[in-house]
Amino acid sequence: MFEHLNVVATAVFVFFFGLVSVLGFVAARWKAADLGHIHEWGLGGRRFGRWITWFLLGGDLYTAYTVIAIPAVVFAIGAYGFFAVPYTIIVYPLLYLWLPRLWAVSHRHGYMTAGDFVLGRYGHRGLELAVALTGVLATMPYIALQLVGLEKVISALGFSGQGIMAHAPITIAFAILALFTYRSGLRAPAMIAFVKDAMIYIFIIAAVVIIPYELGGFGAIFEAAGKAFDAKVAANPKLAAGLTLKSTQVAPYITLAVGSAMALFMYPHALTGALAASSGRAIRFNTMALPAYSFVLGLIALLGLMAIAAGVKVETPQDAVPQLMLWAFPDWFAGFCFAAIALGALVPAAVMSIGAANTFTRNIWKPFIHPQMSPQEESVLAKLASLAVKVGALAVIFFMPTQFALDLQLLGGVWMVQIFPAMILGLYTRRFSGWALLMGWAAGMIVGTSLSWTGRAWVPVHALKWDLPLVGSVDLGLGFGAYNGLTAVLVNLFLAAALSLVLRPHAVDETSPEDYEDRVLA
Amino acid sequence: MKFVLLLVPCLLALWVPLYNSIPPVLFGIPFFFWFQLVLIPISALAIVAADRIGKG
Repeated sequence: MFEHLNVVATAVFVFFFGLVSVLGFVAARWKAADLGHIHEWGLGGRRFGRWITWFLLGGDLYTAYTVIAIPAVVFAIGAYGFFAVPYTIIVYPLLYLWLPRLWAVSHRHGYMTAGDFVLGRYGHRGLELAVALTGVLATMPYIALQLVGLEKVISALGFSGQGIMAHAPITIAFAILALFTYRSGLRAPAMIAFVKDAMIYIFIIAAVVIIPYELGGFGAIFEAAGKAFDAKVAANPKLAAGLTLKSTQVAPYITLAVGSAMALFMYPHALTGALAASSGRAIRFNTMALPAYSFVLGLIALLGLMAIAAGVKVETPQDAVPQLMLWAFPDWFAGFCFAAIALGALVPAAVMSIGAANTFTRNIWKPFIHPQMSPQEESVLAKLASLAVKVGALAVIFFMPTQFALDLQLLGGVWMVQIFPAMILGLYTRRFSGWALLMGWAAGMIVGTSLSWTGRAWVPVHALKWDLPLVGSVDLGLGFGAYNGLTAVLVNLFLAAALSLVLRPHAVDETSPEDYEDRVLA
Repeated sequence: MKFVLLLVPCLLALWVPLYNSIPPVLFGIPFFFWFQLVLIPISALAIVAADRIGKG
């Protein structure tokens, strides 16, 4: 089990992992308050200023899975994997407009989750439940994928076990994570994020300086990668790969970027990080400062091409980055990079489990099982739910093939964007009714899921022609495919708009227009 | 004006045919890659500018 272990790298790795574990427990005393209250445990008491929010959201959104998976796609097929860049470019101008409004109304009414806001705005329990279930369902596989990222770096350290022992390292790592999240709540990932983000910046700056130097410059890297893609395509003419997009990839590239941008802040972990901010000003600052992480993400994507140029040997594309680190760096620094990636799994996994736990407690358990819950009881339940979510994620990794988590994550994105109409339209207008939005959501979920199933595998993109029951074959004649999340949310929007003309909104709206105003700005 | 500032970087990022090419190469990096990387700080500056105007 340990015979191939890289001792130096492992020692560095364990040192940093131990350091942040201590931080995670110490975090309970940071900005000390009663952690028995759900607003304190689950939202850090909404007291995170602009810089803490920057580290927390950066650590939360740009995950270990991203660091592994984006370069893996670039490694495998080139330009297409870069879609994450336009995605993160368009998301911040949109967030600049939306997020301060959502923060303001949530601050005024004590909302902690998307479900809280939807209930307050539309007075509709069914819509609240739909929004909450979507969030929990989409988050679970996302946490599982953080574990995949963790497993990749641990196996790169040379650890190889059989049976139960194969999963021993991530089980230990996750147990530590579960304990400090249980104890410290959102304060733990916020504090760890400082260390994690600093390490990621060091890792990536070193990588983009040293590796091109070793490989003879960026020109040589792109040349080698271009040749490798040409050879791949020559061997398999159906494969769309290269340093630029093939014509069939352009529309999927654009729609994937748009749909992913719409979905991002629908996820519970993104909202949890944002609503924990102390002011609308801190939120706006972050829409200007978070692109720094996007730039790093772009550089990380380039690691995929560097791995090709370096000629690293991999079993799956997801090994490209860890193997590149081992190829390029001395053992101690490779261990440092692996620790950075591993912490990159812990921060989001912690925030995701807290976001999912808040959602489960406030929007599923409380309204339907135990309406008279006190904030203290909510906190107890949320802590337990955060444990349950992590055990669930571990179980997925133990007992299901990794492909299962990947497929669910893909579908999770398609599902998550279906709450976009209720959330974002709701920030501006009450012309839509709860029932209409619920019907739109249901239609979007069905359309998005069925478009994604090809009969053999789940795929994110579908051509814009369909065989519809009763209607027959419909072809928009555009000759390109689009991201299913986007196609489905358009169906969702049209249906919600049409039904709102019939099903008028009569329910009570507890918010008023001035609740959405950012007071500092006004 | 505020909305134009927010909109322009989004449109540039989504107008893929504009930058889907190898030349012009910069420091050995194809246009497709460096254009999108450069657009990230530009989009951040556009939000800063929009914010200044909004407060004005």
